[in-house]
Amino acid sequence: MKAETKAALIDPLIDENPVTFQILGLCSALAVTTSMLPALLMSLAVTCVLAFGSAMISAIRRQIPDNIRIVVQMTIIASLVIVVDLILKAYAFETSKQLSVFVGLIVTNCILLGRIETFAMKNGVMSSFLDGLGNGLGYGLVLMAIAFVRELFGSGTLFGVTILPSVYDGGWYYPNGMLVLSPGVFILIGLMIWAIRSWRADQVEQAEFRIHHVHRTEAAS
Amino acid sequence: MPDSPRIHDPKKDGPVRTMVVALVVSFCCAVLVAGTAILLRPQYELNQEHNRQKNILAAAGLLRAEKTVQELFQQVEPQVIDLSSGKHAPGVDPATSAAKSPISRDNDIAFIKERPRYAVVYLAYDDDHLSEIILPVYGYGLWSTMYGYVALEADANTIVGLRFYEHGETPGLGAEIENQQWLDLWRGKRVYGDSGEALIEVIKGQVAVEGNSQVDHQVDGITGATLTGDGVTNLLRYWLGEQGFGHYLQGLRQGGEDSI
Repeated sequence: MKAETKAALIDPLIDENPVTFQILGLCSALAVTTSMLPALLMSLAVTCVLAFGSAMISAIRRQIPDNIRIVVQMTIIASLVIVVDLILKAYAFETSKQLSVFVGLIVTNCILLGRIETFAMKNGVMSSFLDGLGNGLGYGLVLMAIAFVRELFGSGTLFGVTILPSVYDGGWYYPNGMLVLSPGVFILIGLMIWAIRSWRADQVEQAEFRIHHVHRTEAAS
Repeated sequence: MPDSPRIHDPKKDGPVRTMVVALVVSFCCAVLVAGTAILLRPQYELNQEHNRQKNILAAAGLLRAEKTVQELFQQVEPQVIDLSSGKHAPGVDPATSAAKSPISRDNDIAFIKERPRYAVVYLAYDDDHLSEIILPVYGYGLWSTMYGYVALEADANTIVGLRFYEHGETPGLGAEIENQQWLDLWRGKRVYGDSGEALIEVIKGQVAVEGNSQVDHQVDGITGATLTGDGVTNLLRYWLGEQGFGHYLQGLRQGGEDSI
């Protein structure tokens, strides 16, 4: 594999992860991660839409007039999302009911427009496809990690299989209800970003402003 | 290799080019979406039918983990009912004889506009005795028509369970009508008062237990979903009232199954 294509695929996994580095797509990361199976399907759905959407838009990028480029991008993304939604409804009916509106909301996921506008509009078809694939996988990686913690400690199961028998079913594990609710995810993602930035210090942004402690003599003047 | 920076190109950004690109992209996307929808429709309809059967069984509390829905569904017996007389109408296929009559505005509490002449109910038996009657119900909530099934005990009054299998209510609020804990509240509630009128209702807030003569007819409301709750009240009162299955259920109460 060429270094460039490898970078397009590998970088978004940790170094330029859409969720933890670019801080995009948090809404759906909160909504679909209460258990592993919906999180997995959501990751696959976003990866497909992102990879094929990037490739399709990259292929016609020289034809798209500047003034309607966002409309064209949204039309293609929305069509792909509907196709993915129909496929889920046909072959994963129960889980698609759990995902409810969130598959449709992939259209508004900032990762998509972000990658397509900044990358696919300026690069070739193959590298755009790989960039989409890589970012989708990076998003999926975070989703799966969060869903793992939430489902295991929030309900004591993984993919619906009981790992820690909960007290409600006569076991010993007392499930952590907060992880099932949205605030738990904020804390998890926060901890995750902290951990990654402690490990990869180059991800820490320069502070845009610093709180300046005013001395009383300064305030008077 | 990234492209060189874009330079404004009047030929590319002209109105003709803009129209052509917009039309071609829209057309291709429309073909893609329509093609997929047509291709996957049979599978989707199969899933919906399966989901409907599953909800009939769930309303009646007949779902068993060790058996498939198809096997379990053999247990319940479909029966076509003529709604106006409340009698069994054997030999009628409600799918082909889709006779419908408009509902007058005053009577249309469930906002469904039309009433079919025939409806299919499902009967469950326990050792040859009628144990449950499962009735299809539907009506308008806040955004959408909600479709469901309500299962009654053989007394045609006590609720066994309620399920909704299709609706478009707000996720997290109105869509909580699918919440298991809320649905469990319906078990044991009574539809009719002493006068025979359908009194069942979803109230706002929590049902008072002490000093409440209506406690048997009331179910807790869902926070943030008052209008969806009102819709559930209305559709149950409509379908269990005399416009809906009222005559049929009355017949069951008075003369037992044989009189139907």
